Amino acid sequence: MGVDRKTVDRIAELARLEFNEAEKEEITNDMNKMLDFVDKLSEVNTDGVEPLVYMLDESTPLRPDVVKQEISQKEALKNAPQKDSDFIKVPKVIERN
Amino acid sequence: MLKEEVYEKYELVVGLEIHVQLQTKSKAYSSDSAEYGSAPNTHISAISLGHPGTLPRFNENTLQYGVRLGLSCGSEITYENQFARKNYFYADLPKGYQITQDKTPLCLGGSILIKDDQGKDKRIGITRIHMEEDSGKSIHDLDPFNTLVDLNRAGVPLLEIVSEPEIRTPQEAYNYLTEVRQLVRYLEICDGNMEEGSMRCDANVSVRLKGAKEFGQRTETKNLNSIRNVFRAIEYEFKRQIEVIEAGSEIKMETMGFDAVKGTTSSMRSKELAHDYRYFPEPDLQAVYVDSDYIEKVRKDLPALPSELIKKFTSEMNLSTYDAEVLTEEKYFALYFDELTRLTKNYKAAANWMMGAVKSYLNENALTIQEFKIKPDQIAEIIQLIDEGKISNSIANQKIFPYLIEHTNDRPRAIAESNNWIQESDSNALEGFISEAIAMYPEKVEAYRAGNKNLLGLFMGEVMKRSKGKADPKLTSQLLKEKLEN
Repeated sequence: MGVDRKTVDRIAELARLEFNEAEKEEITNDMNKMLDFVDKLSEVNTDGVEPLVYMLDESTPLRPDVVKQEISQKEALKNAPQKDSDFIKVPKVIERN
Repeated sequence: MLKEEVYEKYELVVGLEIHVQLQTKSKAYSSDSAEYGSAPNTHISAISLGHPGTLPRFNENTLQYGVRLGLSCGSEITYENQFARKNYFYADLPKGYQITQDKTPLCLGGSILIKDDQGKDKRIGITRIHMEEDSGKSIHDLDPFNTLVDLNRAGVPLLEIVSEPEIRTPQEAYNYLTEVRQLVRYLEICDGNMEEGSMRCDANVSVRLKGAKEFGQRTETKNLNSIRNVFRAIEYEFKRQIEVIEAGSEIKMETMGFDAVKGTTSSMRSKELAHDYRYFPEPDLQAVYVDSDYIEKVRKDLPALPSELIKKFTSEMNLSTYDAEVLTEEKYFALYFDELTRLTKNYKAAANWMMGAVKSYLNENALTIQEFKIKPDQIAEIIQLIDEGKISNSIANQKIFPYLIEHTNDRPRAIAESNNWIQESDSNALEGFISEAIAMYPEKVEAYRAGNKNLLGLFMGEVMKRSKGKADPKLTSQLLKEKLEN
């Protein structure tokens, strides 16, 4: 399975990232190398082997439904690049007609 | 607009996806509050903000509420529940993915019993119910240059209920949603408030020629914030799709938005439709295994469901289906009635009191039955007084009930006695009033005897006046008739 420029463009779009031509070239090469490396695994015959999803067979611990307020609104907004006193501000997502 | 008979060639096919926001105290994967309506960005944590290095911790009540709903719909509960990441970028989704379930939904199969357009029972199949988390809220109209993000809702647990495409009319969709809303309220897992967004619905709509086996291409209509709007959007989309097909075009797989003011749907034509969610198992959460012990524990604690109460009220208490439906509309109203029927055997009278005096009082004062201060045993005592012939229905409704509202700790029997409202059923005393009444209107007596039976009301009124409303109406009318006719 090869990665071409179209795939890179698509993945970049889904990840909302922008690259220049040189970077796209490099990423295409890198991704193909990674896939080739992982592709080694397909040499193993896995017929009849259940997919392994979890390394442990324990159930996830259930957390009691109790409220804990650990951080404040001020702390929550601290890392937002744009904000006002209450909200995180982001570029306008939809255009109003 | 096409001719009526053109629309009639087609059949509507609808499947609904309902998101119910769970009334847990904390969020699905973190301990910050899940409560609605607080100041923006105050119910947050490092986990719900999607900070690197944080790990989700699964809320036990998300699971319990999901199993409750599944058992109530007769679904099969999945043993191994994997969590999955659904990846997409949006400003109100801090992690860049939603933790949901993909291949192993918590509940599979089951159904919801509804009424079809003819009022007959119809089962709508449930495809699946799975657990997931809500996103934050984007506010587009508060700031002219920016979208504002509030993350209070980010991570609040949701159940998504996906129905089979078995709904055939807008009314069936309406009835299905009404049933689901009543069910989640009875189970106390969601407040079912569509206007506030704690219950949301997307409608998958397609049309096909009647008798066709294949489904037509469907569209998905979003932004439906009331049950009425779901009805309207489906009705509009049905006609729109037929018009497109009749004009020789094809239906495109599209996401539609509903304009509640115009009552129309239109394509959202948004770039975010170019989604590819790239689901994969959530590496930060082990699966949750739901064994039969757990399921039985949840089953044991299930409350009585509306369908069971309706059955009980109709078959054991001999009430009409209509009465039973009115009585079970709201859970605690139904439970109040249920308790009342343990205190009186006059079920019909109990139902009438609930649907009459009690309901009107609650409606007029915008109260819930939980805020109602009069206890079932007091209502039962009123019914008993009437049945014993001690008070008339009108005294009970117009005097005792209002008095009781003002003096909620008093007993009806004591109220009736101390206010001298016990009716006169002593025929000697009544005879006196009756003789006086008859003596007052000799010519009316003649007219009555000549056949004007309506005049009985006049004499009744006179006796009532003389007895200060305490004459037993049944006995009075019987004695009056005897006197007048002989």
